[in-house]
Amino acid sequence: MTMNVVILKYNAGNIQSVLYALERIGRQAVVTDDEEQIRTADKVIFPGVGEANSAMRYLKERQLDKLIKELKQPVLGICLGMQLMCEHSEENDTQCLGIFPEKVRLFTPQDASLKVPQIGWNNIFNLKSPLFKDVPENSFCYFVHGYYAALGNDTIATADYVQPYSAALHRDNFYGVQFHPEKSATVGEKIIQNFLEL
Amino acid sequence: MLCKRILPCLDIKDGRTVKGTNFVNLRDAGDPVELGALYAKEGADELVFLDITATNEKRQTLRELVNRIAHHINIPFTVGGGISSVEDVHALLQNGADKISVNTAAFKNPQLISDLASEFGSQCVVLAIDTRQEEDGQWYVYLNGGRVKTDKLCFDWARQAVQLGAGEILLTSMNHDGTRQGFAIDITRQLAENLPVPVIASGGGGTMAHFTEVFTKGKADAALAASIFHFKEISIPELKGYLQQHQIPVRTI
Repeated sequence: MTMNVVILKYNAGNIQSVLYALERIGRQAVVTDDEEQIRTADKVIFPGVGEANSAMRYLKERQLDKLIKELKQPVLGICLGMQLMCEHSEENDTQCLGIFPEKVRLFTPQDASLKVPQIGWNNIFNLKSPLFKDVPENSFCYFVHGYYAALGNDTIATADYVQPYSAALHRDNFYGVQFHPEKSATVGEKIIQNFLEL
Repeated sequence: MLCKRILPCLDIKDGRTVKGTNFVNLRDAGDPVELGALYAKEGADELVFLDITATNEKRQTLRELVNRIAHHINIPFTVGGGISSVEDVHALLQNGADKISVNTAAFKNPQLISDLASEFGSQCVVLAIDTRQEEDGQWYVYLNGGRVKTDKLCFDWARQAVQLGAGEILLTSMNHDGTRQGFAIDITRQLAENLPVPVIASGGGGTMAHFTEVFTKGKADAALAASIFHFKEISIPELKGYLQQHQIPVRTI
C-alpha cells in the first residue's frame, strides 16, 4: 500500500515547494483542506511562510485549528507551521494552537550586525529524535524567520541566532521544524524521509 | 552560526543559460536546470536566475523553466528579470520560485515593493540595484540593465525600498562588474551596516581573496558571481574551503 501523505492547504506560501521536495524523493502527496482526507492521511505536513495572525484566523474560520489538534498520525509543521503549533506568538500577539507550550518571540539582537529576519544556512545541534536519524550533528539547514520558539522540554534540535532557540520541537505525534527541510539540500530531504518513516 | 552565502548567478535567455560555460560533465551546458543542479550539488547556498529576455511573449517560457527548476533543485532560488506586477510574481511563486528580484519596475513604481511584500511577504522580495560611482564620488542608481542613469543615490533608494518592504538587497557595482578586480567594498559596507536586511554583493569577484574581503571589510551577507563559476576558475567547494580557513562561517557539505 502506498503511503497517503497530505499537505495541509491554507493561506500560506511555499506549499508547492514542499510538494516538489516530496516528489524529488519519490513520494506523492495531496494538497488539501478537506477534513476527511486530512483525518485519514498517514502523514500530515503543515507548511507555511507568512504572518501568524492572518494564518491563525484563516485556520479558525475553516475550523482547521481544532482538526489539527485532534490529529493522531504524525504531523510535521514547517516554519510558520511549527510556530502556529506553539502556545502563543509575539507576531501580532497571536494565540496559536497550543500543541507545544513553547512561546514564539521576536529576535531582538543587541548586535546590529545580526539582521532580522534571519535568512540563510545555520547549523542544528543537540539532535535527539528519530526525525534526525542519520543526520549528523551541526548539519546545515536553511532558515528564514524573524520569530523563534524558545528552548523548552519539547526541543529536539537547537540552533543559535541571537541566542540558542528551538530548531525543532516534538510532543506526542506532533513534530515541528523551524527551518525549511524542503529547501535544505540533501540534509532536508533526509529529514523529510525520516518523518515519512515515523 | 549563520553562514555567509555563496550565490552562483545564471543568465537565462529564451529558457537557456547564456554566457558560455566550461563544464565538461554536463550533457547540455545550456540547460539552466542541469547547471543549477550541479551547483547545488557542489554546495551553492542559493541560486539566482536572471531572465534577460524578459519580453511579454517569453513570460510563459520563464514560468515553465521555473517550474522545472523547482522540481529538480533542493536549495532556494531567486528569479529576476522584467518582473513588473503582482501577477508576474504570483505566477513565478506558484511555479516554485522562493524569491523574486525586482529592479527597474520597482524604481519606476516603488508601490510595487509594498504590494509584493504585503501579498507574499518581505522574505521573497529581493531588490536588485545596479549602481555606479561617478566622478563626484557618489553612487547613483542605474536602470534598464545599466543603460539609464538616474539622479537617485544608491543608499537612499535602498533605504526607501527596505522601508517599503524589500527583504534583501542585491547590489551590483557597475564599476566592478566584469573586471574581476574585487567587489565594491565601500558601498557594500555602507548598505550592509546601515540597513536591517541582508545585502548580497555582486560584481567584481575574481579571486577567492575578493570573497574574503567582501565578507570581512564589506560586511556582505552573501556574495554573487557568475563567470568565475561558469568557467570553473574557482569551484564552489574550493572557495568554501578557502573561506573557512579564513574564519568566514560558511556551509560545507
